[in-house]
Amino acid sequence: MENTVNTDYILELKDVSVSYGGGRNAVDKVSASVSPNTVTAIMGPSGCGKSTLLRAINRLHELYRDITTTGDIFLKGQSIFRMNPMMVRRLAGMVFQRPNPFPTMSIYGNVLAGYRLNNIPLSKAEKDCVVEKSLREVNLWDEVKDSLGKKGTFLSGGQQQRLCIARTLALRPELLLMDEPTSALDPISTARIEELILELKKEYTIVIVTHNMSQAARISCNSMFMYLGELIEFGPTKQMFTKPKDKRTEDYLTGSFG
Amino acid sequence: MKKAFFASPAYRSAKSRAFFIAVCLFSTAAMAPLFLILWELVEKGHRQFRPELFTHVAPTSMEAMLARISGEAIPGGILNGLTGTLTVLTIAILMAIPLGIWTGIYLAEKRGMLMARLVSSLSDLLQGMPSIVVGVIVYVWVVRPMSSYSALAGGVALAVMMLPMVVRSTEESLKMLPVSLKEAGLSLGGSYMSVVLRILLPSAFSGLFTGALLAISRVMGETAPLLVTILGAATVNWDISRPVSSVPLLIWEFYNDPNLVGLIWASSLLLLLAVLGINILAKSIASKWKIQ
Repeated sequence: MENTVNTDYILELKDVSVSYGGGRNAVDKVSASVSPNTVTAIMGPSGCGKSTLLRAINRLHELYRDITTTGDIFLKGQSIFRMNPMMVRRLAGMVFQRPNPFPTMSIYGNVLAGYRLNNIPLSKAEKDCVVEKSLREVNLWDEVKDSLGKKGTFLSGGQQQRLCIARTLALRPELLLMDEPTSALDPISTARIEELILELKKEYTIVIVTHNMSQAARISCNSMFMYLGELIEFGPTKQMFTKPKDKRTEDYLTGSFG
Repeated sequence: MKKAFFASPAYRSAKSRAFFIAVCLFSTAAMAPLFLILWELVEKGHRQFRPELFTHVAPTSMEAMLARISGEAIPGGILNGLTGTLTVLTIAILMAIPLGIWTGIYLAEKRGMLMARLVSSLSDLLQGMPSIVVGVIVYVWVVRPMSSYSALAGGVALAVMMLPMVVRSTEESLKMLPVSLKEAGLSLGGSYMSVVLRILLPSAFSGLFTGALLAISRVMGETAPLLVTILGAATVNWDISRPVSSVPLLIWEFYNDPNLVGLIWASSLLLLLAVLGINILAKSIASKWKIQ
């Protein structure tokens, strides 16, 4: 490997740029490192490239022509561009903005969807075990244990989102990428997901995009502040909220813009 | 004074009422032909609409004439047409549905690309192709090389007519799925194939199924392309390389024989009921299995 990487970090971004075909880069030369078992929040005003950066990490941009990603991203010390994209996406699970359980599958089937899609055969006992463990991890087990055969789409929005997190956790990813996972939810569901994120930190590493500053303050260890595609500031959340290094971070946090 | 009248609530609500009545009248008028046709077919066809219709082949002109003279119902049924229609439709379904779904997936996935736009336009053109032209082409493609009219040729002709409808309905139902469904599947490490087969197609299933049913009901009554491909047969024939009959083709034959005219109505009624049944089934599936 031409780049030496520190394997203490689970995720390393090196000069990552993403462009949507012509014009300014949506993400411009972002470099950052994420330690295991931390929650990293990506903040910034709308259109600053937060989601674009997150989606670069599990190579979702490759589904679309016109989008080009440059630079390098290392997952556990290995460049994701030298791995099979299917493997990258299994290791870096993604939770989307809107809950999107698979509409034709039951709750049970949704949790196991990753195994089915990867053609990983499981015995009935293993399946039951994975389903229970994953649903317990997201605190959904007690609410749905009697209706595992029902369609996932019958659940409330907040429950659906927890189901989607369980679906991702079922595959034991190394990294959990969350793209504004609470922006479509009510305050109570949001609070439950936030508690969940703090619990999941013990076992997983989480990178979460949020436009909600107080959410970032509540749940994250480290924060990135992005503006117009650039990473303006990256450091411990507490420090960024009390003593921001950059004038633009300060302006954003105090509500002068964004 | 005049201005005040036109602006008055009484005048405006009267005008609105008149408009509403006109809407009701016109929509009733639009429905009238269907009910008149149904009534006509029931009235003229109920006498011949009996079990024999499903169990016997079409009578000869002579048998029908004798019955007519003695004032009895025409003997025989349309069994040869029913089995022929079944054979030809099965062949058409087996060819058009897989091909149409595959093409529809391609169009939905590669929207905006040159090749997809080309295929899409060609599919539209095919949909507008006069059915007799399709029949003649299939005559050249299949009947001549096989040197026989056949159920297979009829199946190919109907498949060509069904294809654009299946393509379009597959494409539209896949396009209606949120893109996040596909992204979620791929984000779990699924391959493109497993995401299409296990997530996208099942999620669009009600649309696909409805589209296929509507396509079947559309070609079920086609006559012109069958005239030049299946020829017609007086007996039940299950051999797809031999000529067969079909219900619409029998109706055409009955029309051409003054002694058999009496059978037109019952056959038409049956065909109409089958098409109506499939349409109702398709609609109820579309509303029942709808994905939220």
